[in-house]
Amino acid sequence: MLQVRDLHVYYDKIHAIKGVDFDVKPGEIVSLIGANGAGKTTILHTISGILKPTEGFVKFQGENISSVPAHRIVYMGMAHVPEGRRIFAQMTVLENLQMGAFTRKDTVQIRRDMEKIFTRFPRLKERMSQLAGTLSGGEQQMLAMGRALMSNPTLILLDEPSMGLAPILVDQIFSIIEDIKAMGTTVLLVEQNATRALSIADRAYVLETGKVVMAGDAKELLANTDIKSAYLGG
Amino acid sequence: MQFIQQFINGVHVGSIYALIALGYTMVYGIVKLINFAHGEIMMLGAYVGFFAIGLWGLPFPLALLVAMVFSALLGVVIERIAYKPLRNAPRISALITAIGMSLLLQNIALVLFGPDPQKMPAVISKEAIHLGSIQISYLTIVTLVLAVGFMILLELFIKRTKTGKAMRAVSQDKAASTLMGIDVNRIISVTFAIGSALGALGGVLYAVAYPQVEPYMGIMPGLKAFVAAVLGGIGSIPGAMIGGFILGIMESLTKGYISSQWSDAVVFGVLILVLLIKPSGLLGKNTREKV
Repeated sequence: MLQVRDLHVYYDKIHAIKGVDFDVKPGEIVSLIGANGAGKTTILHTISGILKPTEGFVKFQGENISSVPAHRIVYMGMAHVPEGRRIFAQMTVLENLQMGAFTRKDTVQIRRDMEKIFTRFPRLKERMSQLAGTLSGGEQQMLAMGRALMSNPTLILLDEPSMGLAPILVDQIFSIIEDIKAMGTTVLLVEQNATRALSIADRAYVLETGKVVMAGDAKELLANTDIKSAYLGG
Repeated sequence: MQFIQQFINGVHVGSIYALIALGYTMVYGIVKLINFAHGEIMMLGAYVGFFAIGLWGLPFPLALLVAMVFSALLGVVIERIAYKPLRNAPRISALITAIGMSLLLQNIALVLFGPDPQKMPAVISKEAIHLGSIQISYLTIVTLVLAVGFMILLELFIKRTKTGKAMRAVSQDKAASTLMGIDVNRIISVTFAIGSALGALGGVLYAVAYPQVEPYMGIMPGLKAFVAAVLGGIGSIPGAMIGGFILGIMESLTKGYISSQWSDAVVFGVLILVLLIKPSGLLGKNTREKV
């Protein structure tokens, strides 16, 4: 599904990503974990085309997308829920979801998918004609995820979906991520909450200052004592 | 009676300001740039309308269309060559470029068409409808119908169509819009095209009202439309419409009750007052920086 090879990314002169390799296979939840500033968000931005790598490449479904404009990558079936949700605050919930389906022309199917989103997120249906900026943090996160799902993606990138949410909402968000996988969409998940991320992921990569320092089965990483002391607060 | 007459005159000129103000506010909303060349886009649109009517003998509606298409293309080209390369530069650089573009277009018009005003042919009957002592000219009616008609079209376009919604999305968050699959560059071009076309419509209507064209004709209505956009809240489309009408009416009432020489002072005095009391304008958003 996704291959990242020898990826190097610079912010001006700062070498943020220093040769990262990883894979995501169809149907998996893969998690990137690591401390603040490890480069997780930068990697997601490079995959979705907002940043361009100086070296290395990103292949999506066998195609090198390193130089494809970001908006074209969405048409290829990749959705990205950015950090901080970035919903369109001055537009209604419904309009936000319509923007999520911007790449699509199949009106009938779009309406069906919207019904599915409303079934999964009943709060969004209640607030359909409300401005998105008036939603609570948890509702905004659900809207951001629903909006991304409206593009009917084969791969979804989630950047810190649980950030700033109350524990009960964090539970909901993680159960939604498992639903997304169950519906057949592959997930690449970036999280600070490493314990939770590892508990739902199939595999994970641990990042430290722009490099992968450990990789493997999520359950094994969860049990690993080094990881525990470094990232899981144990 | 005099009050109503002046009010009607104000609505006439105000609808023109509103049309021009829409170009400022739409462009500002999407790229956060005051396009100071907008008055010149309007002026060149007026010249094209003048040639279309006077030289090529086109009927008025067709001449309007030609002028609007010309200015739309001009606006898109200016954005591509002068503003797009500066999109990530400090805002002041783009602003200076816009002023430079404004002077460049003025001087091109000066070279091509000469400094002397040329008389716009009377395309709309000089007759007026008399209601008691009040006169409403056909020109006022045509201007108002066209201006309000295009404002309604714009409002429908922005609220209902996919491209219109994408314009609103881009004006709020360019990166998030890109992640929806929206081609931000295309949306910016569409915005310049629509804003410039409305400017040309205002320009031709202005030229018909006064009735002349000259290379400097974009400056004052351009500045006043800019004031109207700020008055309504820069970035707000209904704000620009309301601001245009308020400005036109105020100007006309000042001319009628105080003196014509004071009208510009009043208009720009209003700008200063608005900036002092409510810097975000009548319908402007409070500028809260998002984290």
